[in-house]
Amino acid sequence: MTLPLGDRQPAKGRFDAIVVGGGPAGLSAACTLADGGSRVCVIERGDWPGSKNMMGGLIFAQPTSKVVPEFWKRGPVERPVTRRELWITTGDAAFKGAYESTDFGVEPYNAFTVFRSRFDKWLAGEARAKGAVILTETLVEDLLWDGERVAGVRTGRSEGDLEADVVIIAEGANSFLTEKAGLCQGAESGSLALAVKEVLALPKEKIEDRFSLEDGAGAAYEIIGEITDGIPGTGFIYTNKDTVSIGVGVILKDMVNRAGAAYNLLERFKAQPQVRRLIAGASPREYTAHLIPEGGYRGMPRLYGDGVLVAGDAASMVNAVFTEGANLALLSGRIAAQTVLRASEFGTFGCETLSYYGGLLEDSLIMKDLKQYKNVMPLLSSHLHFFGLYPEIASAAVKEFLTVDSLSKADKHKLIMKLVRSQRPSRKMIKDLYEAWRAIS
Amino acid sequence: MAINSVVCVKQVPDTTQVRIDPETGSLIRHGLPSVVNPFDLHAVEAALRLRDIYGGRVTALSMGPPQAEESLRKVLGFGVNRAVLLSDRAFAGADTLATTYALAAAIRKIAAEEPVDLVICGKQSIDGDTGQVGPGLAHRLGMSQVTYICGLEEIDLEARTIKAWRQLETGRELLEAKLPAALTITETCNRIRYASLPDLIAAAEQPVEIWGVDDIEVEREHLGLKGSPTRVNKIFAPPVRERGEIFAAADSSAAEVAATVFDRLALRGVTLGGNGRSTSIADSKPVGDT
Repeated sequence: MTLPLGDRQPAKGRFDAIVVGGGPAGLSAACTLADGGSRVCVIERGDWPGSKNMMGGLIFAQPTSKVVPEFWKRGPVERPVTRRELWITTGDAAFKGAYESTDFGVEPYNAFTVFRSRFDKWLAGEARAKGAVILTETLVEDLLWDGERVAGVRTGRSEGDLEADVVIIAEGANSFLTEKAGLCQGAESGSLALAVKEVLALPKEKIEDRFSLEDGAGAAYEIIGEITDGIPGTGFIYTNKDTVSIGVGVILKDMVNRAGAAYNLLERFKAQPQVRRLIAGASPREYTAHLIPEGGYRGMPRLYGDGVLVAGDAASMVNAVFTEGANLALLSGRIAAQTVLRASEFGTFGCETLSYYGGLLEDSLIMKDLKQYKNVMPLLSSHLHFFGLYPEIASAAVKEFLTVDSLSKADKHKLIMKLVRSQRPSRKMIKDLYEAWRAIS
Repeated sequence: MAINSVVCVKQVPDTTQVRIDPETGSLIRHGLPSVVNPFDLHAVEAALRLRDIYGGRVTALSMGPPQAEESLRKVLGFGVNRAVLLSDRAFAGADTLATTYALAAAIRKIAAEEPVDLVICGKQSIDGDTGQVGPGLAHRLGMSQVTYICGLEEIDLEARTIKAWRQLETGRELLEAKLPAALTITETCNRIRYASLPDLIAAAEQPVEIWGVDDIEVEREHLGLKGSPTRVNKIFAPPVRERGEIFAAADSSAAEVAATVFDRLALRGVTLGGNGRSTSIADSKPVGDT
């Protein structure tokens, strides 16, 4: 695993920092480093930054504007999200909780739907304009070592070794460099989620009609319940300018255990009556699938070593409960860069200097949120009935309550309680409730 | 003595992903990624190989909107010495006549600084498919031309000639041409290199020169849409062919399936000819099949 610095002649001294991966974590680090006067090189394996990215989802305005102020004026955003909904579905029915605010539709905004393939490309342009060197179609194959210290990277190109004071690993999910750096043991399938997504073309007017949106405003729906067939996961629908992103994310291990196929889940989701109506007549543009590291706090590697830092998905910085990843990546990339800038002042890039990164992260919302929800995903995996049985019970209860027939309300009440208890004993429900409360508090 | 080349590079929509709106008949360009015209990459490679052997400088030249800079960045990464982008509203909407007019003016400007021995183009672009820009440049610049080159043989620096293989439908021919020459390159001419890391870094730090209409010697009426006599009447997709019928052999033998196919063909009046007599396909039905 270790490549000693031998008779090779790496390009030394050209860069202060190397960033592996041109996603939000890497590009945010590059922008911050370049702003701080550091010579930084971003190495991206795709044809362009974002070309490997399937995400058509949300980015949040506040963390993003810290890296690129007022990005919505210049960058490729689709729609500001003014309406968010959470649905719980069973069979043919859905409960819907919605929040809508016109405030979210004006500056400083809250969130935007974006195609990350376009957004990341644009962000890379911003980083380049600030002075970062962006290399594409270049795979980082290994780390270079100087004793115990990470001293650079080896790429797949000829004369492909590059040295720097520090390497920021921001290569996304399934980061093998984190493993090579000795910072983790490799991801377990239990901590990985699989997301499958389609982009469907739908005219602007139809989107705004069906999702009940103001001109140009957007919606983000999250849907749980029977659509994932009892596997922990969520469905999502996001509105873009003239397309709709629709997909399902499920815990990989649980899906494999059920011998399921992800595309079946997506078809199942699209057939849900309330969903079908939203996307009727829309024509498919693209189909993609991607792994998301949802191990959260428990899945995190060590975040720094001698001459090396890890940020974003590579560091498992994903809040699966709130489907936040890109903003944590942007923030952590920025914090990693701040750490490197500070280390440059001291002139040392050892573990001790870089431990500043850990401290800043602890104080940030990244670690606070990830710690708070660290038990939620394991709980959901061990309590599969949260995604199957409970939505069903709740739906049956509400249906009974709303159905006006010859029963009195008091009789209905009794009937509902009986129905609920027949599905799951009270003792177990109380235990579930307690565990759920423990997991999030 | 060395050989200086100008390689013309066009940014094109990735036509492997292009679709045509069946209602309006227009190209759906929305969200379509742009790529360097694949044949032009072979032209770049040809120029770089000649530079490896004979020395000299390679300049990449493109005309297009500001984002065409991406294409030039890409070829800089292969080790091209210099990149020039002609970008100005005045150039927009150009057909091949107006395009060669502007490109020729730019090449003359480059030649005023250092002699240009070769102008190298891809054999055609994958979006326009005309194959006219290479020959058009040869004409405008008064150069000899060799098109559809599938292999470069050698350059005689003393005699100032180039020998190259030209692809024909029936084979290939070896041609000799006087320098300066304009060449168009096919995809079989070479394999494109994977640039070294130092070249790539140097390219990333190198600026692309942007030239507007005032940077070259041209008359505006020959430029862009004004200078383009070509008019597009219609763009249409060829009609979608009906899908063939598929006979699955899961529950029956291959012979039975074949018999079904023959029956079906016979219904359409298709017959097999042989030995001077016309035989119905149905005749070859296996014995015992009902």
